[in-house]
Amino acid sequence: MSSTNRLPVHVLLIVAGVLSLFPLYWLFLTSLSPTQYVVRVPPEVVPRELTVGNYQRLFETTPIVRWLVNTVVIAGVITLFHLLFDSMAGYAFAKRRFPGKDVMFWLVVSTLTVPAQVTLIPVFFILRTLGLLDTYPGVILPGLADVFGVFLMKQFIQTLPTEYEHAARVDGASEWQVYRHIIVPLSRPALAVLAIFTFQRYWNAFIFPLVILRDPAKYPVQVGLATLQGEFNTDYGMLMTGAAVAALPLIAVFFAFQRYFIEGIRIGGVKG
Amino acid sequence: MNSAILVAIVWRWIFNPNPFGLANATLGVFGLGPFLWIGSSDQALLAVILSAVLTIPGGGVVLYSAAMGSLPRELYEAADLEGAGPFAKWRHITVPLLRPTTLYLVVVYTILAFQIFERVYIMTNGGGPNNATITIVQLIYSTAFQFGRYGLASAMAVVLFVMAMVVAVAQFRSLRTDVEY
Repeated sequence: MSSTNRLPVHVLLIVAGVLSLFPLYWLFLTSLSPTQYVVRVPPEVVPRELTVGNYQRLFETTPIVRWLVNTVVIAGVITLFHLLFDSMAGYAFAKRRFPGKDVMFWLVVSTLTVPAQVTLIPVFFILRTLGLLDTYPGVILPGLADVFGVFLMKQFIQTLPTEYEHAARVDGASEWQVYRHIIVPLSRPALAVLAIFTFQRYWNAFIFPLVILRDPAKYPVQVGLATLQGEFNTDYGMLMTGAAVAALPLIAVFFAFQRYFIEGIRIGGVKG
Repeated sequence: MNSAILVAIVWRWIFNPNPFGLANATLGVFGLGPFLWIGSSDQALLAVILSAVLTIPGGGVVLYSAAMGSLPRELYEAADLEGAGPFAKWRHITVPLLRPTTLYLVVVYTILAFQIFERVYIMTNGGGPNNATITIVQLIYSTAFQFGRYGLASAMAVVLFVMAMVVAVAQFRSLRTDVEY
């Protein structure tokens, strides 16, 4: 392609990029603007004055720190269990032979087509029966039964050479040792992708914690943010600041692990 | 990668009915508006849709660019020899060859659209004026957890399940009839 042909393409890409990034820019800009500017007509795209007043109010009047800690705990525990369970199941489906394997894999994968919200009410009833409503285990346990990671790990582990595994078995390695010392180290790239995707997903989880939790002190940050909107209906500065604080950790994670994100989209298709 | 809540909060503000709302302020420059947007039963759904359309989904861009990387160069070279312009090449080579990716994205985004909840819950307080923006998941949520009608809500969930199944079967079919090149 000659450089003259590229100009319109670049212009288009820049417009698209600006459009997609603008909400984020606007979010941070508003969070740093004094309250009186938030409702200014016309709004200022380039700020004249910046302040951390909104942040001060947010940290003083809301349990945002508690919410962030809750989110890290919930998303972190779920992610750890996912790495363990999904890699084990993926290994079994990819490398082992057992009766009913194909049927079981088909059953497991077919649940991918079921929107999670379909199971919202049954999950709610099960948790109520178990007495787990409004508890952290109540939010964490349903998250552990998720099939996307099993599928991802199976697809990856399938591509690993079988020779190492055979060699280990000849040396008398147990099933656990093969998994622990061969499969897990070789699967590190896929595990990294899975960890980031799972963490991001549960960082952003909304409807399940909203339904399961009652006590605002147990809310993850996304659910907490939604309550800010009710309490401070017109205080857009505060709301946007809360959203900015909730977004920052994930943006940091994104830039730290950018290539895994893109790799993950390629391995797993579009998710979120 | 940004949370649906965060995005919805920003868009709620952009489309708020006041003159300081960004959408109104921008259109005001051209002498249009101010519109009520999320404050009106006629425009609320439009605002919700615009908020989704104007946010370019990163996943789709990555998949398309990956697919474009593997398109055969020869076709473009042949088109160059025939004197085809960039638009003609895009229209008659790139677009047809990307059909499998397009189909896949259409299906995935359709399924995701069935599941819209946060955007409506935040932007229009869960349904908007006159329930103008209510979605199936929002309806399930409010029927079950605000009005306590779990049986009715479960029936709605079954309908959502069937809809998703129909799309999934369509996806399965479309992925099997791969385009040859």
